[in-house]
Amino acid sequence: MWNWVISILSDPNTRWILLGCLLLGFSSGIIGSFTFLRRQSLMGDTLAHAALPGICIAFMLTETKSIALFLFGALIAGIVATFGISWITRFSRIKQDTAMGIVLTVFFGIGVVMLTRIQHSASGSQSGLDKYLFGQAASMVLTDVYVMGGVCLVLLVACLIWFKEFKLVSFDPGFARGMGLPVGVLEQLILLLTVIAVVAGIQAVGVVLVAALLVTPAAAARCWTDSLALMVLLAGLFGALSGAAGTIFSTFVPNLPTGPVTVLAATVLFAISTLFAPRRGLLARKLRSIQAKSTYMREEQATLQLSSTQPQTQKRGEM
Amino acid sequence: MATFWIILTAILVSSACAILGCFLILRRMALVGDAISHAVLPGIAIAFLWSGSRDSLWMLLGATVFGLLTVFFIQSLQAGGLSSDASIGIVFTALFAVGVILISLNAQHIDLDLDCVLFGEIAYVQWDTLTLWGADVGPRAVWMLGITLLVILVVVGLFYKQFKLCAFDPALAAACGIPVVLFHYALMGLVSMTSVASFESVGSILVVGMLIVPAAAAYLLTDQLGKMILYAVLIGAASSVGGYLMAYAMDASIAGCMVAVAGILFVLALLLSPKHGIVLRYVRRKYAAR
Repeated sequence: MWNWVISILSDPNTRWILLGCLLLGFSSGIIGSFTFLRRQSLMGDTLAHAALPGICIAFMLTETKSIALFLFGALIAGIVATFGISWITRFSRIKQDTAMGIVLTVFFGIGVVMLTRIQHSASGSQSGLDKYLFGQAASMVLTDVYVMGGVCLVLLVACLIWFKEFKLVSFDPGFARGMGLPVGVLEQLILLLTVIAVVAGIQAVGVVLVAALLVTPAAAARCWTDSLALMVLLAGLFGALSGAAGTIFSTFVPNLPTGPVTVLAATVLFAISTLFAPRRGLLARKLRSIQAKSTYMREEQATLQLSSTQPQTQKRGEM
Repeated sequence: MATFWIILTAILVSSACAILGCFLILRRMALVGDAISHAVLPGIAIAFLWSGSRDSLWMLLGATVFGLLTVFFIQSLQAGGLSSDASIGIVFTALFAVGVILISLNAQHIDLDLDCVLFGEIAYVQWDTLTLWGADVGPRAVWMLGITLLVILVVVGLFYKQFKLCAFDPALAAACGIPVVLFHYALMGLVSMTSVASFESVGSILVVGMLIVPAAAAYLLTDQLGKMILYAVLIGAASSVGGYLMAYAMDASIAGCMVAVAGILFVLALLLSPKHGIVLRYVRRKYAAR
């Protein structure tokens, strides 16, 4: 067993990838907790799809394959997408979920058009852009890990500094506004951090699955605790574990992309949490309801027994 | 001739999606449609492994089952207390991941390219023809989509009143004795079938575009369901034709161009719709103020 662990850690490349995915899972879990609480889980999916044209434009303008540049392009696209969604919802009778669907697919369609144009062009084959669809964590190099680490640090620091504000805005924005907090700014900040996490996550797990990195660890963590701080920490932990599991398994099995395995690991953690968490888990609830029922039945029987002896004495008394 | 088959396939896809999409966006289930179109992937992969080939009917049925399974899982999670958006996100990503893993691990047995699953390749559908009783009757995709469209027309046509009521007022529908849950599953089953039938031509991700965008544009153009469905079908057809022309001119992905054109038409509807368009509302307000 130890030989196996050592064999994984001895390859420096695997070490970097493992570190990168760990950091990514951790930071996604953290910011994902806030989006989960604000019921904006699918925003991550929308932002991921919308980021594709941003990445393509970044490549088309600079003709270089630079992760930082792609991240920047994806960031801009994500921000445009967010404005698009709120614009559509505000100025027409289209509801928010439909607006998200529209922005998601139209941006992605435009991105696909650009992608195919790039692929048909001269420099296209060097772009590595199609990695962004399913993720290819195995192609991460040291610089990518630095970027990932930087992203993680930014997210952690932001969440630490503004933890109280994010907490209040997530649970009771009306009260926050009444207290004088700039709720609009804070909400945009949370969204910006989500975009950053999404854009970094696209590299590792690809466009379609990055939403899972945000939602699933947070939902799993929710089952274990009612304290936000603990939930955020647990979500980060679950995310990191999933990232590690994804990397390790896909290193050993050829042809297996890291993204899906990471997502499945996170889903397994979620399933375990939903079933076995104390108090909020399914098993715990079932046991409690069985206990409550048996207590109720015992009390019923006791009352019946009591009332079955009562009438005899009453009749004698009446007579 | 090739152009004819491609455009016909695209129009069949967009029509089927447009009809279903109208009901989806009215019921605020646009993203469930997105989820289903992703989640049918493992169904397609398993049907492939099982039948060993692209034997369409079994694949259609088997993958449709996965769509219904998705809805079932989402409902179960929601009943367990999880918010709706989180349930959708967890279920469809997990199923899509399973699908990608199945396809990656069984690459030699599955004649499926992951890129094709995402974007489709409509330009090739014309060569994959069906032979019935020794005669070449045309591309298989056209047959599958044609049958799907027929099923949709029959089901929606027969139960139009029920679908309409369930879309606008599920509580009243339940009070009238209409089995709302049954129709919900029926709608999602049709969406699932359409995703599977379309994935070869436009890919699973862009099916969502055809589901949502033309219907949303139609939603801005009228207040009547019948007209909304008609407009959605027309806009979908226009996107297909326009998209093909654009792709031809730009040498780019056909499916992507179709969704891009649909997006352009949506923006036009958003701005210029006589009833709900932004520009005309602004103009009307200025005149009313005078």
